[in-house]
Amino acid sequence: MIPAAFDYELATSVEHAIELLGRDDEAKLIAGGHSLIPAMRLRIARPSRLIDIGRLDGLGYVREQGDWLAIGALTRHADLLRDPLVGRDCAVLASATAVVADPQVRNRGTIGGAAAHGHSASDQATVLAALDAEFVAQGPAGQRTIPAGEFFRGWFTTALSPQELLIEIRVPRTAHGVYVKASRLSHDWATVGVAALRRGGRVQIALTSMAATPLRARGVEAALAGGASQADAAERASDDASPTSDQAASAEYRAHLARVLTRRALEQLG
Amino acid sequence: MTTRAITIQVNGTRHEADVEPRQLLVYFLRDQLGLTGTNVGCDTSSCGACTVLVDGDSVKSCTMFAVQADGAEILTIEGLAQGDELHPVQRAFHEQHGLQCGYCTPGFVMAAVALLRDNPAPSEQEIRHGLEGNLCRCTGYQTIVEAVQAAAAAR
Repeated sequence: MIPAAFDYELATSVEHAIELLGRDDEAKLIAGGHSLIPAMRLRIARPSRLIDIGRLDGLGYVREQGDWLAIGALTRHADLLRDPLVGRDCAVLASATAVVADPQVRNRGTIGGAAAHGHSASDQATVLAALDAEFVAQGPAGQRTIPAGEFFRGWFTTALSPQELLIEIRVPRTAHGVYVKASRLSHDWATVGVAALRRGGRVQIALTSMAATPLRARGVEAALAGGASQADAAERASDDASPTSDQAASAEYRAHLARVLTRRALEQLG
Repeated sequence: MTTRAITIQVNGTRHEADVEPRQLLVYFLRDQLGLTGTNVGCDTSSCGACTVLVDGDSVKSCTMFAVQADGAEILTIEGLAQGDELHPVQRAFHEQHGLQCGYCTPGFVMAAVALLRDNPAPSEQEIRHGLEGNLCRCTGYQTIVEAVQAAAAAR
């Protein structure tokens, strides 16, 4: 399968990429390309121009920033997994990253590209939603910070405007967290995934593949805060969900899985 | 058709070529360089038959444009053996019967080379997880895992 023809531009800076985006409404950014190229091969995506940001210096990093870790948008999944800061201070992000597809995909795919793609089955996006991560975007008017609750908008849709680049993701340093995933094949998208973590005395939970965006399980969080048992609270995991049926699972089975996996995640969290 | 000039090192040989931006790395290797050892299996980033090493990392070459590999060093299945001397992973696949039809084999061998470089003595579970990106439709996984174990032990 051969993608439709496109023009190719190599961005030399973030500002250059923003300028190039402004010249062409049908242009797309490419970093690792592991969301975009599959869509282009199927001709679901037919950008007129690809702006390659994969060679930009200085956007692949993990840095301490007070109570937060700042992660450059071009940080590859494999590099996140090798990063000692992530392993120590945000192990829940590492455990979700470890189950993103397979080693070859993790060698190319980036955390920023995956987030900006806005796939409802993204393991990392669910963890970022559970963490209340922050997304730093840069556009013609400068930089702005978008909270996770506002970043993921719908199917393959984020708060990024057409001329903005995601340049950094900030996650709170969080000692306790787990990510539990069910999928039909080992390297497959999540049929359902659950991120559960403890932050500031509260348990925060988000679900993969249960809505158009990563879904915070507010009912479970409220039940736990109100003193419910883990088993009782987990029963509310599918309350606000709107899962779809596809070849991996029916909507009903996804709702069942969400409740079971939430209970298991809470048990693992302790 | 607009083409881009790229310089790429493949199995130790430097190539300068003009490529269409939409040309995927696997087709550049097969059609332009004639290196047909790298197979196209699923064309959907699933099966791993097209796995090559790009600057040392295993990559599905159906999911990378050749222009993205400008300046990179590529290692394909053709670059593993030293003359008539098979690479230890190739020899282990041969001796342990780690293949049936052989179509997935170049990808499995390249993925195993990358796995053993990062983890020279993997457990069986680590081998199975490390090869998650490769599919064998003959379902010959048991002997593939044994081949990787044998290659690790032979070091």
